[in-house]
Amino acid sequence: MADNAHGSQPVVRFETHPSRYQHLKLSFDGAIARLSLDVVEDKPLRPGYILKQNSYDLGVDIELADAIERLRFEHPEVRAVVVSSNQPKIFCAGANIYMLGSSTHAFKVNFCKFTNETRLSLEEACAESGQHYIAALNGVAAGGGYELALACEHIVLCDDGSSAVSFPETPLLAVLPGTGGLTRLVDKRKVRRDLADVFSTLAEGVRGKRAKEWRLVDEVAPKSKFDETVLARAQAFVSSTPERKGPGVTLPALEARRWEQDGRCGADYRYVAVSVDAEQRLAQVTALGPEGAPPKTAEELRRLGADAWHLRFARELDDVLVDLRFNQPEVGLVVLKTAGDGAAVRAWDEALLTLAKDDWFAKEIVLKLKRTLKRLDLMAKSLFSFAEPGSCFAGTLLELALASDRTYAKSGETQAFIALSSMSFGPLPMPNGLTRLETRFLGEPGKAEALREERDFIDAETALEKGLVTFAPDDIDWDDEVRIAIEERASLSPDALTGMEANLRFAGPETMESKIFARLSAWQNWIFQRPNAVGERGALTMYGRPERPEFDWRRT
Amino acid sequence: MSTVVTSEKIPNNVDLSSDKKLQRALEAWQPKFVDWWKQMGPEGFQEDDVYLRTAVSVDSDGWAHYDYVKMPDYRWGIFLADPIPDRKIGFGDFMGQDAWQSVPGEFRNILRRLVVTQGDTEPASVEQQRLLGAICPSLYDLRNLYQVNVEEGRHLWAMVYLLQSHFGRDGREEAEALLERRSGNPDKPRILGAFNEPCKHWLSFFSFTYFTDRDGKYQLLALAESGFDPLARTTRFMLTEEAHHMFVGETGIQRIVERTVELMKKNKNEDARAEGGIDLPTIQRFINFWYSVSLDLFGGEISSNAANYFASSLKGRAKEEKYEDHVALTQVMNIDVPIVEAGAFKGMKSEEVPLRNAMNEVLREEYVADSQRGLDKWNRVIEKAGFSFRFKLPHKRFHRASGIYAGLTFDPEGRPISREEWEAKKDEWVPSPADDAYVLSLMQKPIYDPNQMANWIAAPPRGIKGQPVNYAYVRHEA
Repeated sequence: MADNAHGSQPVVRFETHPSRYQHLKLSFDGAIARLSLDVVEDKPLRPGYILKQNSYDLGVDIELADAIERLRFEHPEVRAVVVSSNQPKIFCAGANIYMLGSSTHAFKVNFCKFTNETRLSLEEACAESGQHYIAALNGVAAGGGYELALACEHIVLCDDGSSAVSFPETPLLAVLPGTGGLTRLVDKRKVRRDLADVFSTLAEGVRGKRAKEWRLVDEVAPKSKFDETVLARAQAFVSSTPERKGPGVTLPALEARRWEQDGRCGADYRYVAVSVDAEQRLAQVTALGPEGAPPKTAEELRRLGADAWHLRFARELDDVLVDLRFNQPEVGLVVLKTAGDGAAVRAWDEALLTLAKDDWFAKEIVLKLKRTLKRLDLMAKSLFSFAEPGSCFAGTLLELALASDRTYAKSGETQAFIALSSMSFGPLPMPNGLTRLETRFLGEPGKAEALREERDFIDAETALEKGLVTFAPDDIDWDDEVRIAIEERASLSPDALTGMEANLRFAGPETMESKIFARLSAWQNWIFQRPNAVGERGALTMYGRPERPEFDWRRT
Repeated sequence: MSTVVTSEKIPNNVDLSSDKKLQRALEAWQPKFVDWWKQMGPEGFQEDDVYLRTAVSVDSDGWAHYDYVKMPDYRWGIFLADPIPDRKIGFGDFMGQDAWQSVPGEFRNILRRLVVTQGDTEPASVEQQRLLGAICPSLYDLRNLYQVNVEEGRHLWAMVYLLQSHFGRDGREEAEALLERRSGNPDKPRILGAFNEPCKHWLSFFSFTYFTDRDGKYQLLALAESGFDPLARTTRFMLTEEAHHMFVGETGIQRIVERTVELMKKNKNEDARAEGGIDLPTIQRFINFWYSVSLDLFGGEISSNAANYFASSLKGRAKEEKYEDHVALTQVMNIDVPIVEAGAFKGMKSEEVPLRNAMNEVLREEYVADSQRGLDKWNRVIEKAGFSFRFKLPHKRFHRASGIYAGLTFDPEGRPISREEWEAKKDEWVPSPADDAYVLSLMQKPIYDPNQMANWIAAPPRGIKGQPVNYAYVRHEA
């Protein structure tokens, strides 16, 4: 997509490749991969700050996200990934403070959200893909640096008297760790809450044996035994993890065709198209269903590789979503449409899920779909789906509608049809751990499960009756209803809408993941724009300056 | 006047006997300290009588008490300079308020870090120097080495006192950790780089006491200004001892230079090495090395920590009273900052840095000027002898491992050079293994006869505390 009209921030592109990495080194030794942070100080994503001490910005995290993704698809032989630093005495200093200090609020929020998604994809790789991440802390891991370690399955800390783990955010900057750190401390690592309290107010952090006693790390090793310890741990993971039959599947560049015309801009991918109307603050995303018969065997699927419809679609949609978040801050409403053959979508869904039982690649595709749809759930933009005649909201693509705040399906003479598939009943859960159907029908227990019987295409009227769509206007009303829905939505406060939608989307139980994003939205975002952090005398503003911060002492 | 309870295990002027809890903590720490001293202190001379100065009180008579003592029996005590009545904080955001007698909760952690970092250097230097006795040039020098060592031990005590009395359980653990780290040990290194550099021979020892202990002097001067009064008083007293260490370094190098020019005159090619001495260019290389690693100890040129320490009235400037503006909020300092693009050096630009953020550099500049004074004296020796060689301090950018010049290569004049050029020339500028080997070769035979002096160093003009130079300062059975 072309540059956003209002951008003070430069356009960010999310596609990269190891050959273009500036900050990460990815190397392989059989089943063990090494992901080494070596952040180049003078290569920030935008000018104005220096990436000292292996601190990161979005540019670094884009490489990390890419590396995690490529390891899963391109390197099935890898069963352990050692994350460490190539810089002396520092593992990672976390998100760059001067970058945060000079970023807009919206950018900070989206940055934190993206880094959270990256950490979650890393955790998912450990849990689902048999790729076990080990944080080898050969130096200080501060703030986001420790949060990266927390996302790993196993943390080894060098016991050299200076390597430490720390959350200096509160004592130094008057903000919170923004990448789920506090939640992971007590929820994932089950650090005792009082110790977590002490830890999170101690700027210099905790070193050596105490870090292990407090469960902040899993293992400490002296410097002379450090590499050996990490390697032994990696080898242990390798030997306890089943092998995945290669070869890997290369992920080529998406090669979107970006255009700009008459005040609108957009991008055409193979299965996804997006167009942005800046004046209306509206983006329309159209997904195309698959063509032809689905692959019947793992070999056929492998031959399709990255061109397999599900994978290609997921990668393209993913790219569109992050693009809308970062490069189109003023777009408030995303209209989701589909086009194609719903029967084909269902056929591809069933074929993929059958293969995913035994084939790692098919399984990876399903996981990628899952991550991408979660990314959609977490958009801080209104989502409306419009199901029109010729659309294919079926199976995988029905999830777009189920993820939406509202769905309009056209009834009347030429109707829209929707359909369920096995994808609707488990493989693609939301961050709360439930399927979108389960979350939708929390008030009617058993209903989601009962829908398994719905094997046919469902017309708009019936879909309305069954609660699968919000409205089903007929031929006479459709155009007006759609227009008014868009115009009305566009008139409401973007802040109130973001908060309202986040509240309504994630009913039901909490998971670590849902807590992280909820608290990111509620607490982190709030603290991040309070005067105590970013006011004229706030701690984030004053960091590195000669004066000390001043606080407004009133508690809320 | 302070009252000192010398009859106790721990001589002190801090009324230790009235604080049973602290007394117990320190008495528990003492055996661990003595164990450390026996294990990591001077090798081979622990049972010898050494003519040492022991501080028994802080007034001018009390801290210069001389007698023979076996080092493990040395009475490491706790002394704070006498309190200044109604002392006010003299700089930073808390300027004008009463000096703190206890640690402000807000600054507990950073203050503890300051104390630990300072404290860590003290035992480190003892460890670095522990093998020098076996290659000593004279009993006079041997005694000076041990005087320096026991006083570094006492400085450790001073910092441990602060940790134990003001920082609770964390402080006690840090006090133990000070005895667990080991200079140069990759698993448990000392905190600061220069204190992990081996001090293999006496030329390094004298360079260390001249240059590295001088960093200590400036750190202590800055801490002596602290709003935390116990730290200010402790460091004020430590400064009186530190002066002797620098004296040992300055006169040590001076005596080497005196001997070197003597040997040069003797040799028809003015070749000191041919006469078994240390040639002037070699001495210059050791100056270059120890001076540059000591510059690193001052910390980053542009430092938010330094600003924070100053703003919080925890660490001031040396002799703060000589400055006019003690708040330092409006001033700036111009610092030459390297421009690095894509890993390549592209030149320097002058950057205006808020003065508080440049406090490390302020202290470093004073150190640079102070360091020059010894070189001037040594150069006068060479000049008098009629030789044209002159020692020069290398540029601040030369051979730096921390701060804005780290990772870049400069020649001793501060001119940027390529890494290839550095590799090609470094042996001319900093000591090579061959230099170390040569200097060590001169010291293979230690001198334990009070009437002798090693060939590579001149005798001092006078002895200690009125004793002759050939006094048996250490009673050692060779």
